[in-house]
Amino acid sequence: MARAVTTQKKAIYTVAAWGIGLLIFFPILWTFLTSFKTEGTAVADPPVFLFFDWTTDNYTVVQERSNYMRYLWNSVVIAGGSTLLGVIIAVPAAWSMAFVPGNRTKDILLWMLSTKMLPAVGVLYPIYIVLIRLGVLDTKGALIVVVMMINLPIIIWMLYTYFKEIPVDILEAARMDGASLRNEIIHVLTPMAIPGIASTILLNVILAWNEAFWTLNLTADDAAPLTAFIASYSSPEGLFYAKLSAASTMAIAPILILGWFSQKQLVRGLTFGAVK
Amino acid sequence: MATQHSRSAARLMMSPAVILLLGWMLVPLIMTLYFSFTDYRPVALPPTVAECCVGFENYVRFFTASAFMDSVWTTLIMVGGILAITVVGGILLAILLDQPMWGQGVVRILVIAPFFVMPTVSALVWKNMFMDPVNGLLTHLWEFFNATPINWLTDVPLFSIIMIVSWQWLPFATLILLTAIQSLDSEQLEAAEMDGAPAIKRFWYIILPHLARAITVVILIQTIFLLSIFAEIFVTTNGAFGTRTLTYLVYQRVLESQNVGLGSAGGILAVILANIVAIFLMRIVGKNLDA
Repeated sequence: MARAVTTQKKAIYTVAAWGIGLLIFFPILWTFLTSFKTEGTAVADPPVFLFFDWTTDNYTVVQERSNYMRYLWNSVVIAGGSTLLGVIIAVPAAWSMAFVPGNRTKDILLWMLSTKMLPAVGVLYPIYIVLIRLGVLDTKGALIVVVMMINLPIIIWMLYTYFKEIPVDILEAARMDGASLRNEIIHVLTPMAIPGIASTILLNVILAWNEAFWTLNLTADDAAPLTAFIASYSSPEGLFYAKLSAASTMAIAPILILGWFSQKQLVRGLTFGAVK
Repeated sequence: MATQHSRSAARLMMSPAVILLLGWMLVPLIMTLYFSFTDYRPVALPPTVAECCVGFENYVRFFTASAFMDSVWTTLIMVGGILAITVVGGILLAILLDQPMWGQGVVRILVIAPFFVMPTVSALVWKNMFMDPVNGLLTHLWEFFNATPINWLTDVPLFSIIMIVSWQWLPFATLILLTAIQSLDSEQLEAAEMDGAPAIKRFWYIILPHLARAITVVILIQTIFLLSIFAEIFVTTNGAFGTRTLTYLVYQRVLESQNVGLGSAGGILAVILANIVAIFLMRIVGKNLDA
């Protein structure tokens, strides 16, 4: 029996939720609006909200002056590359742990997660030295490997969670029906595993895109992604609000859209299936 | 079903991940441990190159410096503050979003958006466009109400960073808790309501216990990420005005003042402290997740 909800109550909830929702979203909205203002309008006192002469100059300037496309490309390569590499290494591992669990599987999984708690700063300098010695400091390749290692435990856990949900009965049924290993993998397992792998990829692209500690400390110029590009606005250029806003909008827009699409997977993935 | 054959195949499939993670953990850790017993200052004049061994000198210096305890407190206050705000706020917001309303999907999208914003972007946007003492929007707001504007990042720096990071993580907590609330059996709530249990009691005896698991998960995941907050401090205060967390203190010793020996000792201390937290959390996880 559905509870009868009075329209009045529903209206109150609607107003309250929209109010809080807009308040939380406001910094993003404000950044977006400011990116279309002139620098003068951006710092106008009192602030102007919607009624100003919209201009796209900031986007042009940001792109021309600091070669935004190069940072964007670095971000795409690092986020994409590290996710791809991570998934290639993690799928077999998660697969075998989910389907051929041993006595120590749980320990290994927890140990893997505990490496996430190793304070990055404690091992920053050694990694820095190793990269210098190998002559790969400030290269995209090195960043791909480092970011992959950062997210590997999460990737394995997420895949493990998804694989664990594939019912073993179906496998056994297929085997009873005389399916060959090849057919079993192609027609039975893969279709059930793909959604989980896709969600894992989606979430890890988001995590890798926003990763800041290693990208800030291990890149100078050549391999610097958008995180470092934005940080370079820290001062005194940060005082150019409109340009900062344009750069920020361009940096977060793709991942924000990706994030909205993956909100359901976020819950399952990042909580390792503990909350559904 | 697991035969000897499939077991060895499984071991083979796992080995790349295990070996990589083991190497990723052990190699730098052993190097850091070695550095921590050396007097190593690569850019000092004259440069001191890894002179082993100075015993526990670095540890004693790092541990007894007043900056150390300050940074531990800062870390605890920061992580604790953010956890408190996001968990309590997340529960309240999740309950509100669970109510019947118009445009629930859109509100949800608005609320979770900050989670996907790059930390460097959110720190800079907050620093310049909201907390700036001259042009910040909050300053205009304060002036509008005839109040004296606050110089956020110098007057209440720790609070400011807690606010910024809470804004980024509140969406995560809300989304997880909302999902958990939605899985609650509504008949149970209705029965309690029929029996005349007031809202507070329904919350305390039915909703909160149901959320326990989700709350544990939120705290665990956030702690993992929050213990290593870096970008937000780097971009806003650069560790000044008492916002130096343990992570940031070690970072300054190693990279800014290039005292690798001293910084490494701090790094090892950070690893030990993090492990204490980790063991504690892992116990809870082990209990809560069926691996």
